[in-house]
Amino acid sequence: MAEHETHVVDVLVIGAGGAGLRAAIEAHERGARTAVVCKSLLGKAHTVMAEGGVAAALRNVWPEDSWQVHFRDTMRGGKLLNNWRMAQLHAQEAPDRVLELEAWGALFDRTPDGRILQRDFGGHRYARLAHVGDRTGLEMIRTLQQRAVGLGIEVYMECKIVRLLRDASGAVNGAVGFYRESGSFVVFGAKAVVLASGGVGKAWKFTSNSWESTGDGHALALWAGADLIDMECVQFHPTGMVWPPSARGILVTEGVRGDGGVLRNRDGDRFMFNYIPDFYAKETADTIEEADQWYDNKKDFRRPPELLPRDEVARSINAEVKAGRGSPHGGVFLDIASRRSPEYIKRRLPSMYHQFKELADVDITAEPMEVGPTCHYIMGGVRVEADTEATTVPGLYAAGEVAGGMHGANRLGGNSLSDLLVFGRRAGLAAAEHALGTGEVALDLAQADEVIAEALAPFGRERGENPYAVHHDLQETMQDLVGIIRTESELLEADEKLDELEQRAGVVSVEGHRQFNPGWHLALDLQSMLAVARCTTRAATARKESRGGHTRDDYPNPDPELAKLNMVTRLDPSGAVTVAPEPLPEMPEELKALFDEEH
Amino acid sequence: MATLVQEAVPAGGAATSSPAETVTLRLWRGDARGGEFRDYTVENLGGEVVLDVVHRIQAEQAPDLAVRWNCKAGKCGSCSAEINGKPRLMCMTRMSSLDVSEPITVSPMRGNPIIRDLVTDVSYHFAVARRIPGFHPGPPEPDGTYRMSQVDVDRVQEFRKCIECFLCQNVCHVIRDHEDNKPAYAGPRFFVRLAELELHPLDTLDRRELAAKELGIGLCNITKCCTEVCPEDIHITDNAIIPMKERVVDARYDPIAWLGRKILRRPAPTPAAEVASLTPAGRSGEVISIEPRTPPGGPA
Ligand SMILES: Cc1cc2nc3c(=O)[nH]c(=O)nc-3n(C[C@H](O)[C@H](O)[C@H](O)COP(=O)(O)OP(=O)(O)OC[C@H]3O[C@@H](n4cnc5c(N)ncnc54)[C@H](O)[C@@H]3O)c2cc1C
Ligand code: SF4
Ligand code: SF4
Ligand code: FES
Repeated sequence: MAEHETHVVDVLVIGAGGAGLRAAIEAHERGARTAVVCKSLLGKAHTVMAEGGVAAALRNVWPEDSWQVHFRDTMRGGKLLNNWRMAQLHAQEAPDRVLELEAWGALFDRTPDGRILQRDFGGHRYARLAHVGDRTGLEMIRTLQQRAVGLGIEVYMECKIVRLLRDASGAVNGAVGFYRESGSFVVFGAKAVVLASGGVGKAWKFTSNSWESTGDGHALALWAGADLIDMECVQFHPTGMVWPPSARGILVTEGVRGDGGVLRNRDGDRFMFNYIPDFYAKETADTIEEADQWYDNKKDFRRPPELLPRDEVARSINAEVKAGRGSPHGGVFLDIASRRSPEYIKRRLPSMYHQFKELADVDITAEPMEVGPTCHYIMGGVRVEADTEATTVPGLYAAGEVAGGMHGANRLGGNSLSDLLVFGRRAGLAAAEHALGTGEVALDLAQADEVIAEALAPFGRERGENPYAVHHDLQETMQDLVGIIRTESELLEADEKLDELEQRAGVVSVEGHRQFNPGWHLALDLQSMLAVARCTTRAATARKESRGGHTRDDYPNPDPELAKLNMVTRLDPSGAVTVAPEPLPEMPEELKALFDEEH
Repeated sequence: MATLVQEAVPAGGAATSSPAETVTLRLWRGDARGGEFRDYTVENLGGEVVLDVVHRIQAEQAPDLAVRWNCKAGKCGSCSAEINGKPRLMCMTRMSSLDVSEPITVSPMRGNPIIRDLVTDVSYHFAVARRIPGFHPGPPEPDGTYRMSQVDVDRVQEFRKCIECFLCQNVCHVIRDHEDNKPAYAGPRFFVRLAELELHPLDTLDRRELAAKELGIGLCNITKCCTEVCPEDIHITDNAIIPMKERVVDARYDPIAWLGRKILRRPAPTPAAEVASLTPAGRSGEVISIEPRTPPGGPA
């Protein structure tokens, strides 16, 4: 038997971002012995990078706001592909979850009367995002981390899970991983496992995501027999840095536009006025004069088109550049310098100021930024039951970016951080209940041994493929063929390329030993990225329409029939990824009525 | 064509004027048992930060080169190292700010035990974190929420900016030069945490005894080295440590004064936006310089 250490807990949480930490806190408080594992150090997960804020209808700035309006905005932003029940729970519970963070020590920016201040973001009817300057994610993760540490929850840092374990009935009952630091293996037995592993951005070339976002949780679920939905729905954030090359893809927060920044093309035109879709025409300003008055008087004026949902803005930027009206480095200009005072910019957007100064030598209080779309977020993910976050496999739960359904075809800014809190808590709660009603774990160590042998295989090969080279080629493939605008021939080409990349990934070899060896880590991350890439490519081929983050050149319009279907990806008995359209859960009449009301 | 239309401008394009053709990084390679500096030369692409060059070396020449990073945007505090002897974030150090005519030395943070290459053992810091009792608020307003004014929040938000890069811990001579001080000393990062809790408008616990007796705030002799390396421009010494030291003294002599300081301002009628002052104030301007050195256990 391969050598490894073993830990048995009630609830194992994979991931220490906002979703994982919130899930762990809840499971612990419900009396379950809980452990968290994460690939990085505690407090470094991707959530730390979130800038703009957390969306919740707190009604501190706009008493007119309500969960119903937040729900409606979320569903409209998601082009109605959302799981309505998740969107409802999210809108209803987000305010409590944000207030709870405050009771745990978070310090949000304040209104004059001492409540939590809220800011405007694209697609949200009212100023709704609780925030801390432009470092909201840091505040959130630190608060949750300090809470989890205070509660004494076990944390296994720099530990990567490579496979889930299942019992004879097919239920998940543990996981196998290794410590990055030493390369030694660890087996967890658990009555319930919560996936909170974040996103997939690293499968694309230009991304705002960190190295951790390799879709491990999506792949772990798929391999364990779970369903994934909406994997074709990937969000390209309209404003990533485009220059210098090394900074390409790094996010420029939507807060810049919420605070007055506008998009201009090479000729200085605010081109977004030319791209207002009918769907949003009623609530979007069509003249510069009206748009500019909105910042101070949101009641009487409509919002500027720069604050349309992300998919609309990203496509518009892409079209401007394609038409030859882009900036010198292939983006467009984001200008706040000519519109707000340097003091205001530095106070509202301190980390953006810092980021451009340090990385691009650009003073955003004096000159425009160059920006363009960057792969940012995956709306698709593991299919879950809205109230409990239970996946289609017993004992397995999923919350946060790894779960699908909540955001439909496009996510609104700020709705992820609130999603992490609402569904992290629900997943932790349901997992604890499940665990406390489940008998002792009977681990199958032979299964674990197989997993370990497979994970170590790259050390045994000589002169195999270089994992960095395979990763590079995967990123090129996904960027070029399964990027922001898609078409059938290119998707089929991508699918073929993935065959070849899978073969190459199957024969990678790594140099050196097991201790903190990034080449080896990448070799294993590649397996997950390839699985995700395959799901996205096949689901994108199957959805023959354009909807939200999924845009097809060959089917440029939405198809009302496809609006009723999720694309479900799962493994068939031979291990191949299949796609099946399945009907969305039907929205009850009283919620449907919200869409008819005149707002 | 359905591809993303943006094309990266050729490397070293418009922004750079005839950069050197190659750059050499002198990287520490080794583990707890020992190691050595090795030179790696790669093409100079321009517009890069040190971490980019480290990544290219990893992809092209040294696939097992160990390095920590996450955000590549100065937000997570993972990529701390010593660059030409100065404690920095690798992702926020532009190559153009360094003299590339000579090899650039990149070595692991010397205050921590080495694991491998640029990766060090930071478990001490996580252990200290566990020793500080967390946030403990008083009762909320009748509506179940809390009220705080922006001025009160501002002071604490400075401390909450900390990204836990531990660069300050790395330069603090109290532990850098005296390993034996570690059990009785929390270090600047955690003095910042203590000050944050002490100044938090809602917190009610008194941690001053702990700060003095178990976390060794008295050992700090205000050299300000920590402040100078903080990538978040937190005025660690002036705004966190010195006020904390004063309060520890108050604890001994005047509990009433402490209570008085804890009482918060009621939310003022001034617009929140006007009183917020998140702008990083000017740094001291000096940079501490530490000679490149051999990590513990390494050859001369
Ligand atoms: C730059 C940027 C800015 C953003 N700004 C906002 C914003 O303002 N508002 C908003 O709502 N959203 C924002 N988002 C999106 C949001 O930050 C993310 O969607 C969210 O943080 C994801 O949280 P999570 O808890 O699901 O996962 P993450 O925070 O990504 O955490 C994933 C965790 O899983 C662990 N993990 C992964 N795989 C494994 C494995 N195999 N074994 C063990 N552990 C594993 C990782 O180590 C990590 O701890 C932003 C995103 C980016 C990139
Ligand atoms: S000021 Fe104090 S804490 Fe900071 S480096 Fe000097 S001795 Fe250490
Ligand atoms: S106080 Fe500054 S230097 Fe110290 S850990 Fe925090 S961010 Fe880093
Ligand atoms: S990688 Fe996050 S701070 Fe450098």
